[in-house]
This record gives sequence, structure tokens and C-alpha cells, in this order.
Amino acid sequence: MPALLARAVPWLFVAAFLAFVAAFMLAPMVTVLVQAVWGDHGPTLAYVRQLGEYRYATAFANSLILSAAAAAVGVVGGGLLAYALLRPGAPGWLRSAMTSFSAVAANFAGVPLAFAFISTLGTLGLLTAQLKRLGIDIYGLGFSLYSLGGLTLTYAYFQVPLMLIIITPALRGLRAEWRDAAENLGATVWQYWWRVGLPVLWPSLLAAFVLLFGNAFSAYATPYALTAGNIQLVPTEISNVLSGNVMESPQLGAALAAGMIVVMTAVLLVYWLAARKAARWRR
Amino acid sequence: MSARLGPVAVLAIVLGIVFFLTPLIVTFAFSLWEGGDRYGFAAYRSLVGDPDLWASLLLSLRLAAETMLLGMVLLVPSMIFVHLKAPGLKPLFEFIAALPFVVPAIALVAGLSALYTGPAWLIGTPNYLVIPYFFLALPYAYRAIDVGLSAIDVRTLTDAAHSLGAGWGQVFRLVLLPNLSTALLGATLLTLTIVMGEFTFASVLLFKTFAVYINDTGSSKVTEAAALSLLSFVITWAAMLGVLLTGRNTTDLGGTH
Amino acid sequence: MAVVALQAIRKSFGGRPVLAGIDIALAQGELVSLLGPSGCGKTTLLRILAGFERPDAGTVRLDGRDITALAANRRNMGMVFQSYSLFPNLDATDNVRFGPRVRGVPRAEQSRRAEHLLELVGLGGHRHKFPHQLSGGQQQRVALARALAVQPDVLLLDEPLSALDAKVRAQLRSEIRRIQRETGVTTVFVTHDQEEALSISDRVAVMNEGRMLQVASPAAIYREPADAFVARFIGAGAVLSGRADGPAVRVGAVALPAAAAAGHPAGTAVELFLRPEHVRLDPAATPPSGALAAEIRELTFFGSLTRVRLALDGIADSEAWADVASDRADGFQPGLRVWASWDAAAPRVLARV
Repeated sequence: MPALLARAVPWLFVAAFLAFVAAFMLAPMVTVLVQAVWGDHGPTLAYVRQLGEYRYATAFANSLILSAAAAAVGVVGGGLLAYALLRPGAPGWLRSAMTSFSAVAANFAGVPLAFAFISTLGTLGLLTAQLKRLGIDIYGLGFSLYSLGGLTLTYAYFQVPLMLIIITPALRGLRAEWRDAAENLGATVWQYWWRVGLPVLWPSLLAAFVLLFGNAFSAYATPYALTAGNIQLVPTEISNVLSGNVMESPQLGAALAAGMIVVMTAVLLVYWLAARKAARWRR
Repeated sequence: MSARLGPVAVLAIVLGIVFFLTPLIVTFAFSLWEGGDRYGFAAYRSLVGDPDLWASLLLSLRLAAETMLLGMVLLVPSMIFVHLKAPGLKPLFEFIAALPFVVPAIALVAGLSALYTGPAWLIGTPNYLVIPYFFLALPYAYRAIDVGLSAIDVRTLTDAAHSLGAGWGQVFRLVLLPNLSTALLGATLLTLTIVMGEFTFASVLLFKTFAVYINDTGSSKVTEAAALSLLSFVITWAAMLGVLLTGRNTTDLGGTH
Repeated sequence: MAVVALQAIRKSFGGRPVLAGIDIALAQGELVSLLGPSGCGKTTLLRILAGFERPDAGTVRLDGRDITALAANRRNMGMVFQSYSLFPNLDATDNVRFGPRVRGVPRAEQSRRAEHLLELVGLGGHRHKFPHQLSGGQQQRVALARALAVQPDVLLLDEPLSALDAKVRAQLRSEIRRIQRETGVTTVFVTHDQEEALSISDRVAVMNEGRMLQVASPAAIYREPADAFVARFIGAGAVLSGRADGPAVRVGAVALPAAAAAGHPAGTAVELFLRPEHVRLDPAATPPSGALAAEIRELTFFGSLTRVRLALDGIADSEAWADVASDRADGFQPGLRVWASWDAAAPRVLARV
């Protein structure tokens, strides 16, 4: 029955895709969630409790702080930069140069990025050395590339461009008429931003923050290459368990991974609720 | 319409340019350092002569090609069919495309290695990486293809081709793929940059891809590491230039970190 | 006494002059339209009045006070924009309250004004709708209420109707006029639509290429255009170039009756403007006295009127129009020979530039 076969073929493709997702995405995800609460002798909360140990609690705290800070830096820095580039006075060539550079920089991350920053601002970095020659010892002043602050600075290199890319359409959506109307009605620039500009942008800013948060939260290569495990972060702790660097059962790795999934789910849930409220005026 | 930039805007732009350019320029200068006061291309020469570089680069390129192929077979046809025949499934697809965001790469590795301990032909070769890479690229590829599908009238094109006697295979080959070529190229190049830079899976699963090679080399030889960082930046740049030149579609250009 | 006065306003953008010395004054409660083709400078003039642009030279006065250098948010002028100017995140009430709120008007007073003004523009039942839930016409009503909520010295309307459907446009136009009369607010209305300008204004200011060509009542603008541009721009009609010849304009061998031509020295180049409502058509075989032979080229039906396009014999490529009551146009069809005539006092004759 070739006709029947012809009609079945599309569904075979869809079924193949769904099966692939089920086998290699959903199943591993469920495995992680189950393993986190399943010991050698049945269900147990031992591994989840282990997450409360100092080392792992620190890892979660560090990951959350770093992701929030890197997202905040990205949102503010990228937002301001995008806004500045969209002002009528900004030269057009600079705008397009920055946009295409951002497309590259947003994808330039991981090990190469870490090395670039080590070459620049590491203890032996060229910029560190030059500044020292000028009498500014940045490490003596408390800066360290291998700290949460240093990681935030490094993450900013892909977070700011990513923000620039995702917020530009929303900024373009701010109509000049709104600004003129506000000014005409007697509002100052700040009153305009407070009462109109920011509320209109709010849903987009929220979405951008969540995207940047997730982007930083799951980053593994950059902190791995940069800090070599000096700073506990959840992804590096998982990899320590998986690669057997620490003598811990695989279930602990699963519990850590499950913790990440729970955090990201919670973040998305909060986002979803907040976005619904913030975008009330849209629909 | 005052054509002047305010001080805040000027400051933001200047700081942005300084922040973006400094690491690149300094890293380039660093890569030329040959110890003491000598500068030159020694690091680059030593890299070009390293067979491991070429092996890892080729492996990453091969994996990128395989990931793109998998996407072409698994993702593109089912997305088109859902677009055409079962729009009710679209929310499910959207959900799946967002999953990799909820399940970080390292968590997926944990799950995969807990779940699959065999067979050796699957997990014992670097080709195993294609599976997680597919999911890594999924959100970006999905977005690019979705934009492409929304931009053309797939239904009319398909109906027209069918009415002229074409079968599904011919519809795909002769009508849909050529019309989606821009979107597909965009998705392909995004996949390329993501796979070329991917470190998490390869490092945990112990395969020596390009990113792993950079890490291994960089831990011992600092100037080579700087040179490799720039090389990797140039590769990303080339791929993104491709995306920007081919795709006037509004793809989200984000990557994995 | 003039409430608003613009004196010798000049402005150029990038070396290109947009306004070349504009003078205009508005009396209290007056509605003046700035009318002209796009690019004539009317919007720039309005933006200078609002304070969004600074003139290169000249002064803006409000009640005799020089406000040229005053920032837009310190002037007390309510502006309605072409479209999409409502704040999308605020509902109708909050949009109207925006002005009083940022000026520190007490809350109760804000609400009172919003309620009153939304009622005035006929949107009492839509107070809590967001802009995207309102039609284009309703949005512009809210914008009008919002502009009035600051109790402006001058109301500025920047083509507020041009983005709307024809029907809504006509309706809102007369409502704007009603509200303007009720509130007695001095108003500047920018438009490129002559019908709009003529129907709504106390006075119309016709602009072209950065100059003010004529400021007068709608009737005067229509009947006695001050120059060839105004005559062409306002209303329909024939424009025929010839030379003054006593009480006629001579085009080739044909003499067109026009008493006003006598005011020009014989032989000077002039243009004759003839409105369609002044032209009479007669299909009879014998010519009425002073009539010209013509041929009907095209008929356009406008309901009660039918507009007839004519070619006058002896004048190559000539076009003239005549409005005929539709019930008397039954026998007319393209190709029919007719006699065209008009009162010699009707045409306007202006020196050709």
C-alpha cells in the first residue's frame, strides 16, 4: 500500500525525533532525578541531604551568586550599550560593527575565553604586568581573576554581547512618540524612564535576565579552565564526581545535577509568573 | 532629534569598546611573546607543527558535520511536518527546544553516563558526542528553522508541488529545502560554532576535541594557549560572519558556555 | 491679543533650510491649521512650538513672554501625535492622568480630570482599557484627552487623523472642533489634507517650501488664493496660462472671459484659475453668448454632483472641469460637444511666476 506508506512517512520522522528526545534527553533527565533519591537499598534522601554539606552548599551558593551577578552585569552593561548605540547620534558603522562583533563574542566562551583573560588579567597577564609597571598592583589591591569577581568579569565578555543582541529589538520597539509625548506632558527624562520606558521594557528585561542567568549557571568550560577547581561551582563539582576526582558515589553527582535542574525550573517558573504580571497590558 | 550623544551614551560606548578589544589585543601581544624581551611567531609555528592540533580540529569538524546531518534528518523534516500537518504538536516542540536550557550540559552528561554504559560501539567512540551536541544546538537550530518556516508559505508550496504530481521526497528535495536554504544555513553555522567550542561533554567523556586540545595545551604552554584562543575567536568570527551574511532572519545568536 | 506668536522663525537641517522666516500669531481660542504638502516644514514648525526643536533664529512667544529657549517639558502645551503615542503600559485613565501626575497635581484632581475628559471625548465606558484594546479612533480620543488634561495654553495636533479610516476621520474631525470650542483652547492643527483644514479651522495657514504663503479664513483661501501655489493646492479647477488682454485672458487664438485680467497690464503672462462650480455646460446647437466650444472627455459621479472633464477647442492639452447636478447630466457622455461658459467675474487671475 504505497499510498498508506506515503501518509505514514511524515509521522515516522516525527516519531523518530520524539523517540530520540525521549531516549537521550528525557530518560537521562529522569535518571538523574530518580538516582538522586534512590540508593543501593531503595529510596533515600541521603544524597539530597549531602547537598547540605558545606562543600556542596558553597557550590550552590557560589553558582547562584555568580550567575545572578553575571546576569545583572550583562543586563545592565549590554542594555546600556545597546541603548547608546541606538541613539540617533551614534554612527551607523559603529552600530553594525558592534552588532556583528557581539554575535561573535556571545559565542566566544569556554576555554579560549578563559585563556584570553588569563593572558590579559591573570597573575602573569600582560595587562597585569603593565599596570604593575605603572605602579598599580591590581592583585595587591584585592583583585583576582580566579575569584567570583574575576569570573563575573570574564562572563561579562559573552553576557554583555548576548544582552546586546537580545535586547536591541525591544529597544527599537520604544517609540520616539512616547518620549516626545511624555516630555510634552511635562515629564523629565527620569520620569519618562520610570513610568513608561522601563515598564514597557520590563518583560523583555526579565526574559533577558533569565536567559543570561541560565547561560551563566550552566557554564562549565570557562570556570574549569579559569579556576581549576579553586572555586566550588555546581558544574565543576559534578564533573569532579563523574571523573572520579573525588571519592563520592555517582548518586551524589545525580543529586547535584538534579539540584541544577530544580534551580533552572524554579527560575523559569518565577519568570513565567512575573512575566505574566509584567505583560498584563499586552493582552 | 538632536544629533549629539549624551555623556552616558558616550561613556557606555567607549567602555564597551575598551572592554571588548583589550583582551583580544593583549592576548595577541601575549601570543607573540617568546620569553624575555623577544617577540615573534614561535607559538604559532609550534602549533602548526603539532599533529594533535590538526587531529583535534578535524575531529571537532567531523563531529560538527555529523551533528548537522543528524539535525537535518531528525529535526528538519519533523519540524516541517508539524508545521504542516500537526500544529497542535508545536507547543510540545517548543517545550523540547527549551529543555536543554533547563537541563544544563553537565547535568545531561551525568544522566547520560548513568543511563548508558554500553554498547561500546555507541559510547566508546567520539561519535557518541553527536547525541549531546544535537541537544546543545537544538534551541538555536530550532529557532533559526522556525523563523525560516514562518517566513515562507509552506502549505501552499507543498500543495502546489503535490498537485503537480510530486511525492514527499521530491517536495522536500525540490521545493522545501531550497526555499529554506537560508534558515538551514544559519542553523548549520550556529551548530558549527557551538560544536567547535564545546568542552563540557568532550572533557567529561574523555574525547580529545578541539576545545579539549586547547585546554590541555594551554595548561602547559601559555603563549600557545593565547594563540589558540585567537584562532578559536577567528573560527567563531568566520562562522558568525556566515550567519550574518546568509541570514537576514532574526536568529538568536547565543551559544554554549 | 495674540496668545501665541512665532516671529521670523528659521530652521535648517544639515544645511538644508526647512523654515525660511515664518511669522504667525494666534488669538485666544482660535483654531489655526498649518496646511501644506509633506516636507513643507509644517511639522517642524509645530515641533518648534512644542519645544522639541530649537529654531536657528526667531522667537516663540506665549502671552508676550519669550519661551524660545524653554524646554518642552516646561512649556504648557498639550500635543496629539499622528499615531501610536499612547503609553502602552498604561490604561486609558492612567494615560490621561500622566500629565497631571508628573506635574504633581493631587491624586483626587488627577482622577477628576481623567474622568471628565474621557467622558468629554466619548470614552466614559473604556476607562480601564489598554491602548491595544482600543481602535485607532479611540486611541486618538484618549490622546486628545491626555493632551487636554494638563490644561494646556495651546493644543498642538500633529496630523492626528491621518492614520484613520475616512469615516472615522470625518467623525473625529468634527468632534475635535466641538471639544476645542467647548474648552476654548487655542489650537494649532497640522495637516496635509485641505478638506480637513478648510472644514475645521478658524484660519488656515498654507505653507510650501518653508514659507508661509497665505493665512486667512477657509472661505478666503478658497475664493481668493493669494498666489498660484495656493490656488493649485486648494480645491479643484482649471489652470490656464495665457496673457492678459483687457477683461480676458488670451490663450493662443482663444479669449477666456476674466474681468480680473483687466488689473494686469495687457500682454503680461498670467494664469487663470477657474473652479468647476463656476462653469456652465450647454449641449444646445447654438452657442450662448460668450460661450466656448468644448468636448466632454470624462465623467466622474459624486452622488448629487457629476464632475465633467472638458477639453476646450483651440487650446492644446487644455483641461477644465464643470460640476453639473447629476440629474441634469443624463445625456452627457465622453465625446459629446458642449458649450462652456462662466461669469467673467468668477475666474481668478494671477501673475505667472
